[in-house]
Amino acid sequence: MISYILKRLLGAVVTMLAVIFFTFIIFFYLTPDPAASICGDACTPDTIVQIRRQLGLEEPFFVQFWAFLSGIFVGRTYGEGTAAEIYCSAPCLGYSFQYRTDVFDGIVDRLPVTITIAVGAAVLWILSGVAAGVISAVKQGTWWDRGAMMFALAGVSLPNYFVALVLQYLLVVQLQWLPFPAVVGFTDDPTRWFQTYIMPWTVLALMYASMYARLTRTNMIDTLGENFMRTAHAKGLRPAPIMLRHGLRPSLTPVVTLLGMDFATLLGGALITETVFGLNGVGRWAYNAIGTNDQPVIMGVTLLAAFAVIIANIVVDLTYTALDPRVRESTK
Amino acid sequence: MAVPSSAQLEEVDGQAPGGGSKPPGASALKTILRKPSVIFSLAFLLIVTGMAVFAPWVTQLSGWGPLQFDESAVDSSTGGLPLGPWGGISADHWFGVEPQNGRDIFARIVYGARVSMLIAICATALTMLIGVTLGMLAGFAGGWVDAVISRLMDFLMAFPALIFMIAVLSAVPQGNRPLLLVLVLSLFSWPQTARVVRGQAMSITNREFVEAARASGAGRMTLVFKEVLPNLSGTVIVMATLAVPTFIATEAGLSFLGVGVIPPTPSWGQMIAQAVPWYASHPLFFAVPGIFLFLTVFSFTILGDNLQKVWASGGRS
Repeated sequence: MISYILKRLLGAVVTMLAVIFFTFIIFFYLTPDPAASICGDACTPDTIVQIRRQLGLEEPFFVQFWAFLSGIFVGRTYGEGTAAEIYCSAPCLGYSFQYRTDVFDGIVDRLPVTITIAVGAAVLWILSGVAAGVISAVKQGTWWDRGAMMFALAGVSLPNYFVALVLQYLLVVQLQWLPFPAVVGFTDDPTRWFQTYIMPWTVLALMYASMYARLTRTNMIDTLGENFMRTAHAKGLRPAPIMLRHGLRPSLTPVVTLLGMDFATLLGGALITETVFGLNGVGRWAYNAIGTNDQPVIMGVTLLAAFAVIIANIVVDLTYTALDPRVRESTK
Repeated sequence: MAVPSSAQLEEVDGQAPGGGSKPPGASALKTILRKPSVIFSLAFLLIVTGMAVFAPWVTQLSGWGPLQFDESAVDSSTGGLPLGPWGGISADHWFGVEPQNGRDIFARIVYGARVSMLIAICATALTMLIGVTLGMLAGFAGGWVDAVISRLMDFLMAFPALIFMIAVLSAVPQGNRPLLLVLVLSLFSWPQTARVVRGQAMSITNREFVEAARASGAGRMTLVFKEVLPNLSGTVIVMATLAVPTFIATEAGLSFLGVGVIPPTPSWGQMIAQAVPWYASHPLFFAVPGIFLFLTVFSFTILGDNLQKVWASGGRS
């Protein structure tokens, strides 16, 4: 078991290094002049020269890569020995010359909004998706089932920015049931907080719930045909506890796996919902950075997303190992 | 957008689309062709494909090109909002006009269909080509070839694909955007196809008919092209049908974010992005491309879903 965990962790470290390397290549080989793109559109030739020197762009590739990589672990100083010296502390993912901020700090500042959107949406989609899946499985073949599954296919097919615009137009502009979304703390104004986040939650949940509904339905139908279900019925247990304890529980393990994989696409979804609703999270920052060509920010967010996915996958694997005795056996 | 592909779901389900089973008979295909949802999907896709293929003729019929300005259709005193109710819908402009410059929304939808479909179909073809080739290679060769390809697939699938596509597309300078989109979309999608094909190739190689062919002295190439490839065709057709809507949605999403198709070339996602500042005063501007995008993706998904069910049940439906 311990050797399995160590093996997984080692694999994760290798993947992270590969991701860092790949990202570095994208930005420093494919972009014609990194200094110009870092500098952005509003930029003077003087600033470009200054940035070139600060980034050490005349150095060979591996020297630059080492500076970037070591910067992540021990921090780095841009433009050492010059008047405009900038220190970027330990997890240094880069420095945005446009925002004049450490990219990591910028991400940390904006992370609470993104996490609120992600966690709230996840709760909503797991509850609604699993519930819809269970109902479809139990009432298999009825109109309930067909309706829910058609709705699930539609949910997967709806572009989330389009749903976001429709919701905002109907609920805020036309019906005026909700105020315009604005970031407030939960403790400052709980009602406003809820009113702000309910739309992003719904938009993301609609997209993901479909997958959970379909998956729960398939697994549940398989489980309902198992021998132990017949035994439970024969023992004279009441139908509802049978469904929940014997039918639903074994159907949920694949759902855990799916949840881990969805971390991979969640930040992308947050990027779009934050942008449409004007909420100042990590995703919107990345979106604005695309517009102003602020490469360090895009690169930093990309790396952060990749790290999050890798860590989420390990957590899922380990949870799975702890949950399912069969998996535990095979990793010994 | 970034619709998690059904290949991922199947992985979790533990059954591959098609499952390497017998191709369905004509009767099974006829059964799904009788479902109203499939009929509507096919009809809608025929219309959209027709629009895309015959775009120049269609717009000649409607009277306005996709890049033509019509200042007489917008009201400069309201900041360029379309004249008339419903976003300027008239006999002249069937779906209304864009605010400020008065470009015809119908013409842009027609040309946008062209761009979206072309990118999605090319990306699907490339993804299937790479996925099937590498998947078969990994499944047959085994050993270190399999190990290298499998590691590469794990690596690419662990990536947050959308964020990386944005990173690559924003880093690469202008150039041929549609071609670049096709390449980037395929780069992150082939592993899903390859993984399924690899699994099937491994199981098919050990089936009796392949062993029989091998025993009767068939060469390696004959085995691959005559015995194994035809048996994978079901899987490939199902995966391709489900890949097209994923690509249409992703291309639209990337164009919405401003890293996809660059104006003035119209694309549905980009049209929605341009409509964002106007969403409250001119809702049809985002609703028209949004509905087209949704219905196209939805139709392809329904088709793929039904094909998958038919193949998974081995021709019984």
